[in-house]
Amino acid sequence: MTDTLIQGRTGPWEIVLGLEVHAQVASRAKLFSGAAVGFGAGPNAQVSTVDAGFPGMLPVLNRFCVEQAVKTGLGLNAQIHRTSRFDRKNYFYPDLPQGYQISQLYHPIVGEGALEVERDDGSTFTVGIERLHLEQDAGKSIHDMDPHSTYVDLNRSGTALMEIVSRPDMRSAEDAAAYVRTLRTLLRALGTCDGDMEKGNLRADVNVSVRRPGEGLGTRCEIKNVNSFRFIMQAIEYEARRQVEILEDGGKITQETRLFDPGRGETRSMRSKEEAHDYRYFPDPDLLPLVLEEAWIEEIRASLPELPAARRRRFAEQYGLTAYDAGVLTAEDERAAYFERAAGGRNAKLVANWTVNDLLGRLSAEDRGIAESPIPPETLGELVGLIEEGTISSKIAKTVFEKLWAGEGSAREVVEREGLVQVSDTGALEAAVDKLIAANPDKAEAVKSKPQAIGWFVGQVMKETGGKANPAVVNALLRARLGID
Amino acid sequence: MTELTALTLTDAVEGLRTKRFSAEEITRAHLEAMEGARTLNAFTVETPDRALEMARASDARIARGEGGPLEGAPLGVKDLFSTEGVETTAGSRILQGFKPPYESTVTANLWRDGAVMLGKLNMDEFAMGSSNETSAWGPVANPWRSRGSNASLTPGGSSGGSASAVAADLCLGATASDTGGSIRQPAAFTGTVGIKPTYGRCSRWGMVAFASSLDQAGPITRSVSDAALMLRSMSGHDPKDSTSLPVETPDFTQFVGRDVRGLRVGVPREYRVDGMPAEIEQLWEQGVAWLRDAGCEIVEVSLPHTRYALPAYYIVAPAEASSNLARYDGMRFGYRAGGGTLTEVYENTRAEGFGDEVKRRILIGTYVLSAGFYDAYYLRALKVRRRIADDFDRAWETCDALLTPSTPTAAFALGDKDADPVTMYLNDVFTVPANLAGLPGISVPAGLDANGLPLGLQLVGRALDEGTLFSLAGALEQAAAFRAKPERWWS
Amino acid sequence: MAVDAETVRRVARLARIAEPEARLDPLAREISGILGWIEQLNEVDVEGVEPMATAVHATQPLREDVVADGGDPARVLGNAPRSDDGFFVVPKVVE
Repeated sequence: MTDTLIQGRTGPWEIVLGLEVHAQVASRAKLFSGAAVGFGAGPNAQVSTVDAGFPGMLPVLNRFCVEQAVKTGLGLNAQIHRTSRFDRKNYFYPDLPQGYQISQLYHPIVGEGALEVERDDGSTFTVGIERLHLEQDAGKSIHDMDPHSTYVDLNRSGTALMEIVSRPDMRSAEDAAAYVRTLRTLLRALGTCDGDMEKGNLRADVNVSVRRPGEGLGTRCEIKNVNSFRFIMQAIEYEARRQVEILEDGGKITQETRLFDPGRGETRSMRSKEEAHDYRYFPDPDLLPLVLEEAWIEEIRASLPELPAARRRRFAEQYGLTAYDAGVLTAEDERAAYFERAAGGRNAKLVANWTVNDLLGRLSAEDRGIAESPIPPETLGELVGLIEEGTISSKIAKTVFEKLWAGEGSAREVVEREGLVQVSDTGALEAAVDKLIAANPDKAEAVKSKPQAIGWFVGQVMKETGGKANPAVVNALLRARLGID
Repeated sequence: MTELTALTLTDAVEGLRTKRFSAEEITRAHLEAMEGARTLNAFTVETPDRALEMARASDARIARGEGGPLEGAPLGVKDLFSTEGVETTAGSRILQGFKPPYESTVTANLWRDGAVMLGKLNMDEFAMGSSNETSAWGPVANPWRSRGSNASLTPGGSSGGSASAVAADLCLGATASDTGGSIRQPAAFTGTVGIKPTYGRCSRWGMVAFASSLDQAGPITRSVSDAALMLRSMSGHDPKDSTSLPVETPDFTQFVGRDVRGLRVGVPREYRVDGMPAEIEQLWEQGVAWLRDAGCEIVEVSLPHTRYALPAYYIVAPAEASSNLARYDGMRFGYRAGGGTLTEVYENTRAEGFGDEVKRRILIGTYVLSAGFYDAYYLRALKVRRRIADDFDRAWETCDALLTPSTPTAAFALGDKDADPVTMYLNDVFTVPANLAGLPGISVPAGLDANGLPLGLQLVGRALDEGTLFSLAGALEQAAAFRAKPERWWS
Repeated sequence: MAVDAETVRRVARLARIAEPEARLDPLAREISGILGWIEQLNEVDVEGVEPMATAVHATQPLREDVVADGGDPARVLGNAPRSDDGFFVVPKVVE
């Protein structure tokens, strides 16, 4: 991928990227308490005395969260550790009520794995997964409610996160975004995380460094909490250029944590967090080693749905789809299910075209998901069926699609009600053709020496029949009558 | 009325059940005794209204022929246990005014079984201390004094308030907690019985944490049977505490008075520490003789790593404490100091809110966990801890329990061991190993020293084998026939 | 290992405890004393010994994913030194 190199003043530079993705587990309750997880509740309305770090309060691990971590690990083809442990990461911050975050440093629940990532052009690359561990989220500090104080809402405090750490295997902002997109698709397919980046349920810390091609790894900077694909790419591009400039000016990169400012499109040093960190990790004495029974792991394995990568491959092979269409259609479970219902017994490539271009295009323009499609999959399939059997033309189908979108019935009902059935009856069309030739003898003469002018005749017949004529039949008739080969 | 406060818990419960006196009567007697004994500084909070309300409810249950195993019995609660709506400070200024919106599992179990709460008992700050002098609310005085002296003595710590109140007949029994000896040492210093059960026997939920892997609740009482009765109520699996053991609680009272013939009692040779007073040595030998006479087989055992227990403890406990006490930051509850910036508020809150010993241990704990020292200190201490636990496992191959002194000295004067922290730490030399290994240990009053101060003997048993300890402790209690009471100088 | 005043300053900062300058040297001496006493642990052969973080032999129990707590802001705010409008109010955090 030489085209991803940055051209500096002094030569090319390679970007090296590793990501730590924080995915919120789609659980009802928190990782170690019985308080609810959710979005939009009033301040501190989803907080137990455990989450607020009250004296004598103790954590008890949520079984469902463990299961989701294992499931995700299996989806990443990763090693599931039969024994894992929880550690405390100690630091002071007002939205960290216990004064420590319970995490898994030394013995994570999931070890090494790999994720195959597909680019838009259909080429693929593999990102190594270093580990996945469970940890608590912190609360939220709000700085703009009062000029002299910070307001703290602990609703998020204690929510279960899966931190998925990749190897530094990516070399471009696009690849990093593709990795996050693929990972998000996987999490959603597994149902372990809803992937909602706007709500912060999926966010990434991006480790960026640059080096001369072929050289060892450079010093990296970590950009914290980037929560959209666009920001991930912007942050990487800005940060890589910043590092190249420093290095080309003879400077050195300082390893540090940086923040992406979406407003300015730049990263800046988090000065308040620069003070030497010493997290003093040690095993949490309130918790015991987490030991997973082999049978439970196997039960979870057996419950795994078809994963996006496998489904993408199957769609391409079974339905003959392009890599792009297969990727789009497998990006979400609901999409894939929609497509498969619509494509049953039809021309799958045609169904894919209609789904990707017409339906998804229209939905996305209206900011709706496929679950909210006004056209059920069976109806879209029916529409394609009508095209396939020659009942309507593709052009008429567009009109029918609009009426289906408006909820005016099934495809066949619309076509019949509106009289949109394509006229392929040779007798009826012959009459129209003869009439047209008789009315335009000079044009008929001219077309014999200039066959491409036949289009005018076709257009006239279509007009005459209100677009319902089968253009292929019209074409053949005209050619026969006008004596063109 | 003094009669009612002098009863054992076992006799009082029986008297209540048979309606010889009412819960209200015995509660009032104790409230009066408490009022007259404030100079001991044993209680940090007295809850007379709640006590009388609970007592009347007990009387109503008894009248209906209902009632739990502790029905109507007035007890004291170490201020380490959260009590709903009642100030809980763990002896610290940083928790001044804190009223938990919850009740600790251990105290909830006692109230479930009918006990009556008299109030909260003074303690070393966050249970860090062996003399009760680190309490933000002033030291507790031991009801015992040296013969012919008016000098105030320590009741020991950290459960000094519990031990003092039980010894002075201010309550029939008290909850306590033991991280390195905080039940057994004060029990020994006050002529009372104190048992630290197997780690995980009592729930830690709602108990203010000092060192999570070592903290364990237990009772301080005036007899072995009382300890068995009270521990039975305090114990039980609690799904809210991940380290609570999912086991049934035996009826410990059934073990007291059982025949101990044939039980093998180990005497660990390494517990003969340098400079141990002859009186302690003699008492230990006396204890061996008593158990031998009761039919036990005495075996000498070796616990070679026991001498490393204290230094290992003084890494593990401060390390855990440094993290456990991070939540006292002035943000959500408790004391908040002033300051210009957030960091200043944090630093001032903790500087002003914590006492010197707590700060010292937080600093040590922070240091041993910090980058570059984790392996050398913390990890090594955990490995030594394993060695210590392995020693006990080997000992259990040849014996059923160990007999040792509870403490290396009798109660000392308040202010006596202020100068050097390590001298104070050495108080726990006999008790700490059981905490590191998670084993049950009980201190039984066994005699008086030359100054007329009580001394205790300790029995340590296998995990979950409190039953054997209660049988042996019962035998010691019977043989020692310890009846001495402190002179009532405080009222 | 001897601890100096500078180390005490750093550790006190990590632990968020204000220690006046005058206390740093005495604390350094005290802590050095305690650590010196602790150093006897180096005599123990711990080669191949599994660290013992807990005395419990059981494994971590699991809770069902059921909402059974929270939902009562007043309960967690009731002891707060300052609160407003359902929030804990703390000194300004400078990002």
